[in-house]
This record gives sequence, C-alpha cells and structure tokens, in this order.
Amino acid sequence: MIDVLNRFIAKVFRDLFKKKRHLKLGLYGPPNSGKTTLANRITEDWLGEKMGSVSNIAHETREIVIKEQIHIKSGRKELSFSLVDTPGIATKIDYEDFVKSGLSVKNAKKRAKEATRGVIDAIKWLDDMDVVVVVLDATLDPYSQVNITIIGNLQARDIPVLIVANKIDLKKSDVKKVQAAFPQYDVVGISAKFGTSIDKFYEALFALVG
Amino acid sequence: MLTLQFIPYSEVENLPQEERIRKILSIVKEDKIMVMEGRLKKEEEGELIRATMENISGKFKGIEISVVYPERKETLTKKLKGVLAEMLLGERQGLTVIGPATLIKEIKKDPDKIQLLTADRKTRRKR
Repeated sequence: MIDVLNRFIAKVFRDLFKKKRHLKLGLYGPPNSGKTTLANRITEDWLGEKMGSVSNIAHETREIVIKEQIHIKSGRKELSFSLVDTPGIATKIDYEDFVKSGLSVKNAKKRAKEATRGVIDAIKWLDDMDVVVVVLDATLDPYSQVNITIIGNLQARDIPVLIVANKIDLKKSDVKKVQAAFPQYDVVGISAKFGTSIDKFYEALFALVG
Repeated sequence: MLTLQFIPYSEVENLPQEERIRKILSIVKEDKIMVMEGRLKKEEEGELIRATMENISGKFKGIEISVVYPERKETLTKKLKGVLAEMLLGERQGLTVIGPATLIKEIKKDPDKIQLLTADRKTRRKR
C-alpha cells in the first residue's frame, strides 16, 4: 500500500516537473541491440553530429553518455529532451568472449570490468529517467529475462516506455514477435543503421510524451 | 555433475530484499542451479543483476535467469482471481530458475515453458 502511494506521489511530482524542464530520455536495452546507433541517428538528424562509437563487439558503451538540449519537431509539435545513452544491461560478462572477438587478454579484462560497472550505472540511472526507449534486436528472442526485467522495472517505476524493434533491415528480424512479447506497449520496427521507419519512431515518441 | 537446489517460497518469503539476493547468489556461486518457487519482484530482479555485476570475477561470470509465470490474460474473472491470489500469497506463483553462466549456456523461454541449455556442448537438457 505504501509502495503504491509512494509511486503515485512520485508520478504526480514527475508529471508536474515534466512540464517545467527538459525530459530525460533514456535508451535502454541489452548489449548490441543498437542503442548507440539509434542515439547517433537522433543526434545526426537533429544536431548534425554523432553521439558515440559503435562496434560489433558487445559492451562498446560502458559509461552513461548524455547529450543535452535536443529539440525535435514533427509538424507543429516540438519536443526537447536530454538523450541518455546507457550501457547494455546483461546478467553475465565474460572477458573470454571479448578475447574470442579479437581483443588481447589485458584489454578484454579491462573491458569486462568497465562493462560490469556500466551495467550497475545503467540500473542506478533508471530512477532518473522521465521517458525510456527500450531498444531490442528484432532478430533475437524477445522473451529474454533481461528484456523482461528492464521493462518490468520501468513499469514498476511508472516510466513511460516505447519499444523499438531494431535491425529490421536484417532478414531474421521479426517485429511481430516483439509485439507479441510486449502487447501492452507500442512497438516500432526500425533500422537505426539505415534510418528505415525513423519517422514512425519520432511519431511514436511524440505520441508517448506529447 | 549438475546440482539443482529447490527453494520453496516459504524459505525466502520473509527475508529482506538484500538477504534474499545474497542467498540466491551464494547458491549460484556454489555452481548450483536454483529452482525457486515463485518469483522476485521486478525491482528485486534489477537489484539481482546489479549485485551479480558486483560479484563478477575470474571464476564467477554471472548468471542466467528465467521466470515462468502464468499469464493472466484470459477473462476478467480469472485475472481478478490471479490478482487476489497474489495479494494473499505474495509472489508465490510461477517458477524462477537461476544458475551460473558458466554452467548454463542459455535459458530459452517459449513463453510458457523453459528450455535450459547447459554449457556442455554435447549435453542439452530440457526442463
């Protein structure tokens, strides 16, 4: 009961606060789902610059990266937010996987250590988000516990969520499967890499926040 | 050899969150696969991931986790019954499987059944 009351008060305050300042829009998801690629797409579209580096090796983003003051427009609608790109959330990190990807043992161990810290930070930052875009790889099984835990934690915090089923340029992608896994949320299929259906993503974002 | 440890809900029911997570991790770090009656709260799952990351070392590479939980999307009556049961019994419904990542290659959820694939390439076990 106290939990419910606390969440209600937090939501009321967040809603009041939301109208007075920039939103914090977080990009969350498992590693290598394309969060930074989407962040780059957004910042390139509206600021003309990239936000972070991307790599095929998992856990390329190991620190929270924030881009302030992003203004986006769609028709008469406008939206301002700070974009927060977060490290991929995982339940396991093995430096040997990085060695297999071609890193030296020393660099792999360093990357693993930084990645664990990144996951911890990403979870801590959940409380600071006003809106979250959960970026999932549409070629993979959407029922993974990490996906369910991320979305469940956002739901428990009453944070509005938009799910992006990324990588629709790949043959194996299955947006309908992602929609079936999370029927209570809007799911937009995009290719952040090629910008496919990015307009639909912005429309869905306006619908969620506006 | 694969060791499964069953934890009845009553064993974790009254433990504070921190203690519950410590118990789970201590079992998993002993290279056992834990099958727990019921499920963790969403916030506890997040906290479990955070605690797992803090425990990662050369030997402990993390966990695999999956929860099977009866979906209550049939009728309003059944949904209400489920909500009521949850209020009375806590998070007792469902089943949670947690194991060390070094032992479990992957847990697939289908979504009503769990397939547990062990790390041994030649051995695949279904549950």
